Amino acid sequence: MLDPHMPILPILLPLIAAPLSLLLGRSQLSWMLAVVASALSFFCALSLFAVCLDQGAIRYSVGGWPPPWGIEMRLDTASAFILLAVTAISTLVLVFAKESIAKEIDADKHSLFFTAHLLCLTGLSGLLITGDAFNLFVFLEISSLATYTLVSLGKDRRCLTAAFRYLVMGTIGATFILIGVGMLYMKTGTLNMLDLAERVQAIDSSRTINTGLAFIMVGVGVKLALFPLHMWLPPAYTHAPSAVTAFLAATATKVAVYVMIRFIYTIFGAEHVFHEMGMDLILLVLAVVAIFKCSFMATIQSNVKTVLAYSSVAQIGYIILGISMVSVTGLMASLLHIFNHALMKGALFMAVGAVFYRMGSVEVKAFQGLGKHMPLTMAAFTIAGLSIIGVPLTVGFVSKWYLVTGALEQGNWLLSILVLLGSLLAVIYIGRILEAAYFNDLPKSVEASSVKEAPVLMLIPMWVLVVSNIYFGIDTDLTIGAATHAAEWLTQHTDAMGARP
Amino acid sequence: MSLLFDIVLLSMLALTALRIIFLKDLFAVVMLFGIYSFLSALIFVNLDAVDVAFTEAAVGAGISTVLMLSTLALTGRTEEKSSHSSFLPLIVVVTTGAALIYGTLDMPPFGQADNPIHQHVAPRYIEQSPQEVGLPNMVTSVLASYRGFDTLGETVVVFAAAVGVLSLLGVRRKEREDQESGLKAHRVLRVVAKLIIPLIILFALYVQFHGDFGPGGGFQAGVITAAAFILYALVFGLPQAFKVVSPRFTEILAPLGVLIYAGVGITSVLKGGNFLDYNVLAADPVAGQHLGILVIELGVGITVFAVMLSIFYAFASQTEKANIQ
Amino acid sequence: MSFVADYYNYWVVVFLMMTGFYVVISANNLVKKIVGLNIFQTSVFMLYISMGKVTNGSAPIVAEGIEQYSNPLPHVLILTAIVVGVATTAVGLSLIVRIKRAYGTVEENEFQDKDDVI
Repeated sequence: MLDPHMPILPILLPLIAAPLSLLLGRSQLSWMLAVVASALSFFCALSLFAVCLDQGAIRYSVGGWPPPWGIEMRLDTASAFILLAVTAISTLVLVFAKESIAKEIDADKHSLFFTAHLLCLTGLSGLLITGDAFNLFVFLEISSLATYTLVSLGKDRRCLTAAFRYLVMGTIGATFILIGVGMLYMKTGTLNMLDLAERVQAIDSSRTINTGLAFIMVGVGVKLALFPLHMWLPPAYTHAPSAVTAFLAATATKVAVYVMIRFIYTIFGAEHVFHEMGMDLILLVLAVVAIFKCSFMATIQSNVKTVLAYSSVAQIGYIILGISMVSVTGLMASLLHIFNHALMKGALFMAVGAVFYRMGSVEVKAFQGLGKHMPLTMAAFTIAGLSIIGVPLTVGFVSKWYLVTGALEQGNWLLSILVLLGSLLAVIYIGRILEAAYFNDLPKSVEASSVKEAPVLMLIPMWVLVVSNIYFGIDTDLTIGAATHAAEWLTQHTDAMGARP
Repeated sequence: MSLLFDIVLLSMLALTALRIIFLKDLFAVVMLFGIYSFLSALIFVNLDAVDVAFTEAAVGAGISTVLMLSTLALTGRTEEKSSHSSFLPLIVVVTTGAALIYGTLDMPPFGQADNPIHQHVAPRYIEQSPQEVGLPNMVTSVLASYRGFDTLGETVVVFAAAVGVLSLLGVRRKEREDQESGLKAHRVLRVVAKLIIPLIILFALYVQFHGDFGPGGGFQAGVITAAAFILYALVFGLPQAFKVVSPRFTEILAPLGVLIYAGVGITSVLKGGNFLDYNVLAADPVAGQHLGILVIELGVGITVFAVMLSIFYAFASQTEKANIQ
Repeated sequence: MSFVADYYNYWVVVFLMMTGFYVVISANNLVKKIVGLNIFQTSVFMLYISMGKVTNGSAPIVAEGIEQYSNPLPHVLILTAIVVGVATTAVGLSLIVRIKRAYGTVEENEFQDKDDVI
């Protein structure tokens, strides 16, 4: 039986652990506290997920005040599914980070790193669980501030300008969301999401509501790195410490996609957003451009982290593509890809982090010969890379399959061809790195004996993700079942605020 | 009359904002920003938002301006000419502005009592919060009780800012004893500071506890207390200030406030209510509300004080070592 | 005329927002960008507070003889938003100090020259 306070635990655990981590001040202790808090959150997320699959939605009134006067937490299958991914990745990255940050962050800042990571986890969990539009803004800013801090912890000075650019763009995005929510509030008088849904959809066409929608979409677009608002992402991911990039690439932008889905499906109503406002066409065009331009940019970069950063923007393009199809299959493919991409990119960035740990560089040249000298790391990279390309037996294939299915369902064979062409570009940018690793020898300047395999604490989380890539690529029942349940719930279910779901 | 105030203040704001665009002297820009913030505070008073005006004055005109000036001391006073044209930004801004104006066209008219925003949710706060929560200040009731979770989030945001500033700048504690720091040579400043600082702290305590009855509360009180110590540091020098309130102490207080706030919520859970349900904290629900609000406001005040002061320490202690222009 | 009286508050606020927004995206100096960001955010606050005002109402603090109160909810939202704004400003300014130390400049056109801009 679910503990009645379970919905708030994934937010509370990291929220309390973060100040404790700062008080403790010692790197080892902070690390242990962070791992424990994150792991406990994961177990809570698991039980919440199981309940959502069973009964649909869970609601919790904070402060005992009923909504809309109080703030309520509301989890449905989509949020629980993504929460599962976020907490899992957080725990794995924290285990990975212990060794990784030794080489990438100054020793006196380790404790601050773990504190900031916990704050980011608090913010992301809050974003997923909250059922109140303004509370969403508050948690968005918690996670954003923590993210700017995390990015700026890198050693290369370019992480500072990257963090600053991210801060400015991110704050503009958040302010746009605030403007949009304000416009909705002005016309309806409420902030609770379900209540907003009822009232917004009851208003026939209103310029204020439409402008509010536009501003929220742009604001969320900045946060999820939708082309052309993605400019902050490549420098931030490249210059941030590897553990930070692994966490952010797998989670932060995906949670922003969730926010977009929540606003479109639950609050505004898919019918209005897509058909009356033409968002389906806009998102479709932007998604396709993102996929091609960014996959192309990935093929010409010399820094592997930059390759993967552009690849991430392209993958977000795929996710948005699924949403723009306005069908249950499309939405399901998007939710599935959110989960799968977390597994893929998390593993890839961890592998790159391991290479940096041993080689001190992540240029493509640094990968030469590593197929032989760091076999486990490169095997992990290879499998995750194949997953990005979409090779069968990996999760990447499953998501791409459903995207193509969704396109064909609508008779849009052009779109399915585009999806497959995108994979071809992925072959190029992943292939370049694999070629350096397996078909080249170590450069002469590098001492062969100094290149060993990565430490165990870095290999284990990496391989947990890699094995999940394959496992969920073969046994797809759980993930597909969850994504389908979530997509159907989002598109069909319009629970009223007063009703019990 | 109120209309006239409104128009005059808004025009002054517009002029200030426009001037900022074209100024290259950053010191003047920051000062104009301080003026902008004060004018906004006045507009907020005119619009009946007294708590907000208080906070905007303390935070926007106070803390933000201080931090910007500290940054300018380290980065330089003038802006260079930009190398790219201002055509594209202008297009973006005009488009966004046009979209917003379009959005205002069917907004509910300003000030009308039957607007949607005043129906449905707000009436309970206005009519029933004095009985349910028992406080005259409805804003405090909503902030601390009905929407207390938002305020917990806000406290965490403040804490996150401290983590960010500490990780970026840290507080440099090695000060040479002969370093000239502070304005001790100015006798008038010294004397007046000694007179004023205790009064400021007293006022801050008043604001902290009187927030239930009038404008005020933990946040404003924390900022004002920090301002008192910042004044002390400015006049008597940073090393002296470090002896009074050490950076380490602020680094302990900051997380403590967040933990106090969350602790109240957990106490509610242990006593059988939902998280942050104050009704269960005491035998009588209204007494429970009062107790809960008192403690969480203390938590907010402690964290805000510690964070604002430690951010100031972080900025101020950079001056000795960085490039000063 | 009454149309103007109903909406001028919102229009001026929109103008202020756009001024702040313009400063953010066009300023060369990073500190000025942060100032612009603050102006942008403060103007959004004014939008919210304007929403909550009731003509002939008074501040939402219970007092003898007051019949009409302005809406307390926007005030609560904006109190939180102000705090968020200053937190962002503090982190942004810290980044600027570090950038100055690392690059020697805080003018955008100057350090873009010193970097491989991705």
